[in-house]
This record gives sequence, structure tokens and C-alpha cells, in this order.
Amino acid sequence: MVTEEPTDPMVTEQDQAPSRDGDQMTTLSLDPRPTQPDHPAVRHPDVRPSDTFSSETAALPPVLRVEDLSFYYGTFRAVKDITFDIPTNRITALIGPSGCGKSTLLRTLNRMNDLIPGTKVTGRVEYQGQNLYGPSVDPVEVRRRIGMVFQKANPFPKSIFDNVAFGPRLTGYKGDMGELVERSLRRAAIWDEVKDKLKQSGLSLSGGQQQRLCIARAIATEPDVILMDEPCSALDPRSTLQIEELMAELKRNYTIAIVTHNMQQAARASDTTVFLNMAEDRAGYVVEQGETLEIFTNPKNPLTEDYVSGRFG
Amino acid sequence: MTMTVTADRAARPLATGHRDVAGTVFAILMLLALLFSLAILGILVGSQLAKGLPVFAERGTEFLTSPLSSNPDKAGVAQGLIGTALLASIVALVAFPIGILTAVYLEEYAPTNVISRFIDINIRNLAGVPSVVYGLLGLAVFVTFFAAVGAGDGKNVLSGGLTLAVLILPLVIITAAEAIRAVPRGLRDSGYGLGASRWQVVRQLVLPAASPGILTGTVLALSRALGETAPLILAGAILGSYSSGGSIADLFTGPYAALPTIVFDWARKPQEAFRANTSAAILVLLAVTIMANTFAIILRNRYDRRW
Repeated sequence: MVTEEPTDPMVTEQDQAPSRDGDQMTTLSLDPRPTQPDHPAVRHPDVRPSDTFSSETAALPPVLRVEDLSFYYGTFRAVKDITFDIPTNRITALIGPSGCGKSTLLRTLNRMNDLIPGTKVTGRVEYQGQNLYGPSVDPVEVRRRIGMVFQKANPFPKSIFDNVAFGPRLTGYKGDMGELVERSLRRAAIWDEVKDKLKQSGLSLSGGQQQRLCIARAIATEPDVILMDEPCSALDPRSTLQIEELMAELKRNYTIAIVTHNMQQAARASDTTVFLNMAEDRAGYVVEQGETLEIFTNPKNPLTEDYVSGRFG
Repeated sequence: MTMTVTADRAARPLATGHRDVAGTVFAILMLLALLFSLAILGILVGSQLAKGLPVFAERGTEFLTSPLSSNPDKAGVAQGLIGTALLASIVALVAFPIGILTAVYLEEYAPTNVISRFIDINIRNLAGVPSVVYGLLGLAVFVTFFAAVGAGDGKNVLSGGLTLAVLILPLVIITAAEAIRAVPRGLRDSGYGLGASRWQVVRQLVLPAASPGILTGTVLALSRALGETAPLILAGAILGSYSSGGSIADLFTGPYAALPTIVFDWARKPQEAFRANTSAAILVLLAVTIMANTFAIILRNRYDRRW
């Protein structure tokens, strides 16, 4: 478990903005860098916890808390007894071998799995203290707060502008749509490439551009959390790097959870890592979770060590 | 060891002289099948053109504007054109919305269970029911109904249109459902992921993406309806000549004919002169069908370009 302050229900969203006064700075417990720089187990020269990470945000209550969650496709249990936190304004990577339920788990975090018939969730997912699976919770509202970017970049067959404006229009956005579209495209680091062709189809862009357009589309709805399901798996290294840089930039304003098959990516781009494995009954479970540097350089569980060093998976 | 094998292999000539016999034979068979279909079509259209074109050469558009008559030199297809146009409108107004709504419900809303599978199988079976059976249904249900409510003797274009609508409904549902099913899962997912409700996803993403396929399917179904003869004969289309009433109400409640029933009627007539008329009427029917299909293609292309 990641250690954290007890959740304070009085903390409002404004209070959680990543600016904290000095006395919080003393709780530096979670940053492993001062103590672990020359650990002999360092095998990944890529390990570079993103620069903007600081203990300030680590002290915030996690935006999402998963407690004892199991997910079933019919009678098959895909993931079991999952408990972990997604800390606010940080990047959390979910890693693990194929078929261990990473994507399934990610999709339970904004109730995307509701769309698949015959599925069942047990346990809790708490978002800002509210149970996502509570009786009167509207999954549509959940998905407006917790957005998603998919493995395959899938712009709508509409113009670039209409792609970004799609989400805000759903909710009847009253403000300046042009301004919102520009801001979203700027935040997704694609504005300069598309500003002269906003009327062109989103499908006319390259793969990497399409994925950044999808990120712009997701942030136009002003979510708190962005879930990314292997967003770079179809991209070339240069586009991948662009997305990773973008993620580091985005975590100032958003919390990001990313499923990735690419361990270098998890090591480079995330702050905390959750390692899942598949049990004998083929259900995914959490083996270990913690600071990314810790998971990659000093894992507690030998399974984690085997996986991050490429011995299986 | 490995090196030797590789060397052996490299020494073998690349120009083996082998021919893909099975592939070539199959390609020739496929080409013959295509040519066979084209030849049949060519013979059919060619023979009708040879017999029917002289009628147009002689009478021009007068053939299109003249009513039915027992005199082959005066008989025209005006009533058939009007009847077919009315039938097409009724079929489109009834079968398209009901069929498309059914397809959307089955694909996007209905749970997948025993009942929905049962319904799905039955719709497919209904599409295979002979059209004459639908004609009997039209006679039993629609003709009786319109007679009961006082719309003439019930044998009117409304009964015929509804009969044809029911006839192509399974076809419309199946093609629309397939077009909807072909919309990529990712498009729906990203809509839901942005906080769209099911209706918003269906209305703003799925239906626009599926509309070219739905349009093509529905208009092809309509073309099929326009060529149907048997159900219309059962559902009261007039064989032989009749005088059309003057009023709009008479159009809907009075006697009617359609192009295919005129073809059927004329083909049975003993006078030799009606042979040419039959071919000319077939050409008119072909032209109407081709126009409907062209309209569908134009509409589809317009939708495609909007993206």
C-alpha cells in the first residue's frame, strides 16, 4: 500500500490543486531518489521519474481508491481482490503479462465495462470519496469526470474541430467553443500541427497525431482523471515519446492511469506502478505496487523482479 | 549444419518453372461464372430492348402518359407509373422507419439472450418466405381492414403498399442491422468514454457511420418491392383496364395497377401487338428501378462526403 494521509472529506477540489504550503514539504517519505540512486539492482537506465513529480502531490488524497475489487465476465473472474490507489496529479502505470486483466481493470475505473453484457463487479472503486458503483451513480457522469484514451486512436469521422468539440457539446457547453477547442489542442501538444486545418477530417492525421487528437478530445470535457489503455502500442518511437512528454505535462492538471505493455515506458513515464500477474485460476491480481523507481530497482516480490527484468511476460 | 542447409538451398535455382495450376483453373472458373451472369443479363435486356424500343420510337412519351386499354395501339403505362410511385412512397414511409428502428433496437438496446436470438432467427426466416404468402397476408389483413373502414372494396394502393412494406421489412431490418453491426466497436467506446449517453452515441456516431450501408440496403429492398407481382395481384391490383377516378382520394382508395402487374397482364394477352407493349413496359420498370438505385448511390456518396 502507498502510504498517505487519511482522506479528509472536507478537502475540496480547489484545495487539492498542486500548490501546498511549506510544512507539507517535510513529509518527503515517498520520494526514493535521495536514498536509492546507486542501487545495484538498477537495470533500467530509462528510469527517470518525471521531473515535475514532487512530494507535494504525494501528500494529496488519492483521486481513485480501488478496494477489494473483483470483475467477472459471466462466471469467469478476470481480476480478483484488487486494492490500490491512484494518487492525484501523478501518473500511475498498470503493468503485467498479457491476459492478466490490466485493461479490464482500467475499464472498471470509469464503468466502461458496464457496456459489456453479462459482467459483474464486486468491491468498491472510490472516486473523491464516492463509490463509483453506488446504487444511484450515473455511469455517463462518471465517464465525464474520468475520461479514456484507447489503444487504437479512433478519431470520429468528423472534422478536427468537431472531434474536440464533441464532448463539450454533449453537455451543452455554453462558453466559447473555439477557445475551448484551441486550449484542449494546445494542452495535447498538437495545436501547432492542426491550427490551419481544423475543418479537415480527424482521420486525415498521422497515427501519432490522431492519438494526440484523441487526448485533446478527452481533455476537452475537463475530466479529473484520464485513463489510457496502451495509448502508444500502435505508434512509432517518436510519437510515443511525444505522448509521454505530453503525459508529464498533463499531470499538472490531471491524474493519469496508463496500461502499458512496454516496461521502458512504465519506467520512463510513470510515478507509481502497479504490477499485476495472472493467478492459477487465470484471474489477475496485484503482486506489488509502489513508487515506479522502487518497483523497477528494488522490487519486494521476486515475481516483480522477474517481470521487470524481462524474465517472463 | 545450418550453414550447409542454407548453402544447399541457395544453390537451388529460383526459376523453378512451377505453375500454380489449381489457382489458374479457379481464376478461369470465376471469370466464366461472371461472364455467364453478364451474358444472361445481356440477353434479357437485349431482347427486351429489341422488342420494346420500337414502341417508344413509334409512340414516344405517349406510351408513358396513356392509361390502360384493351387496344394495344392506345394502351399505356401511366396508371402503372402512378401506382408504382404511390406504392414506393408507402413502402418507404412504412418499411424504412419501422425497419431501421427495429434494427437499432436489436443491435444497440436489446440484451443478447435466448429471446433476442429467437427473434433474429425468425426475421431471417421471414426474409425467405415466398412473396405470394405475403400477398395472402395482405389480402387477409389489409384488404379486409380497408374494406371494413369503407375505403372502397379494400383492394387499393394502400393495401398493396402495406403488403409490400411487410414483405421487405425483414430485408430492411437485416441489412440495417448488418450496417449497424459493422460500425467499429472503438467508435462507440470513444463516444461512451467521453460521457455520451447511449442515445447520443447512437444518434451522433453509430447512425451517421452506418447510414451509407443502411441507405444502400433499404433502397435495394425497395427496388425488390417495386418488382414484385404476385403479392400485388393477391392484394387487389387490377388486371385489365380501368378508368381512374379524378380525385386524390380515388388515387388511394380506388382501383390501382403497378408496372409489374401490367407486364404480367399484357404478357398473357392473346394479341400479338401486346408483346411489344410488354417489352416496353419492362423497359419502363427497369428504368424506374435503376433510377431508384442511382438515387441511393447519390445519397450514400453525399453522406460519405460529409465526413
